[in-house]
Amino acid sequence: MAQRYSSFQQGTRMWLLQRITAGFLLVVLAFHFFLLHFVHHADEVSFLMSSGRMETMSYYSLMVLFLLTATFHGVNGVYNALVNQGLSGTKRTAVKWTLVAASVVLIVQGIRTANAWAGIPLY
Amino acid sequence: MSQSYNRGLIEDFSRWREFEAGMWAWIFHKFTGWVLIGYLFTHIAVLSTAIPASGAETAVLQAGNDVYTQTIVSLEGLLLVRILEVGLLAVAVFHMLNGTRLLLVDLGIGLDSQDKSFYASLILTGAITVASVPTFIAGAF
Repeated sequence: MAQRYSSFQQGTRMWLLQRITAGFLLVVLAFHFFLLHFVHHADEVSFLMSSGRMETMSYYSLMVLFLLTATFHGVNGVYNALVNQGLSGTKRTAVKWTLVAASVVLIVQGIRTANAWAGIPLY
Repeated sequence: MSQSYNRGLIEDFSRWREFEAGMWAWIFHKFTGWVLIGYLFTHIAVLSTAIPASGAETAVLQAGNDVYTQTIVSLEGLLLVRILEVGLLAVAVFHMLNGTRLLLVDLGIGLDSQDKSFYASLILTGAITVASVPTFIAGAF
C-alpha cells in the first residue's frame, strides 16, 4: 500500500475536526450499540424506557453531543467525498449550503426528539 | 501536505482487478460512510415519533400504546428490519475499525503494515457481525 488514499486535504482545520469527532464517535457509537442492542434489546424499546434514560442530564448531554459530532462527521465526510470526485465552482457552493441546511434540520429535529423524551418543554 | 492521485473512475467496474488493498479500504470506507449518514437521517426521522408520543396520557405510555413504542415494536417485528440491522452493524463496525486504522496511520503508526491492518479490520468485522447475529435476531420469530 504505497499510496495514501484519503478524500481529505491533510493538515486543514476540517481534517483535524474530522479526526477529533472520529475519536469521540468511536467510543460513543460503540457505547450506543452496546447499550441499545446488548444491554437492552431493540424489541423491548418503549417511550418510557427511552424517556427514563434521557431524563438523566449526563445521558441527554452525551446524546446531544453524539448527534452534533455524528452530523458533522457524516456531512463533512460526504462533502469531502464529493469534492474529491471533482465537485467545484457553483455546484460545490450549492452542495455545501444544502448540506449545511440538511445538518441544521437534522440537529434541530434530533434535539426536539431528545427534549420530548427528557420532558423539556422545547419541542 | 497530501498529494493528489488520479484514481480513475470508481464506476469503471472493469478496473476492480487492478485495485490494491488501499483502494479497497478507501472504497469500503466511503461506501460505509454513505450508508451511515443515510441511516442517521432515517434514524432521527423514526425516533421523531417520540414528539407526538410525549403528549399521550400516562396510561397509554405505560401500556405501550403510544405512536413511538408502536412504531419501534412494529419495525422490530419485521425480520427484514432485523437483517438490515445486522447489515448496519457490519457497516458501522467496519467503518469504526478501518477508521481507527486511518487515525493510527495519520499518527504515523503502522505505516508499514497497512495491508495487514486492513485485512484484520475485515476479518474482525466479520467475526463481530457473526457473533452478534443471535442478539440481533432474538425475538424476531
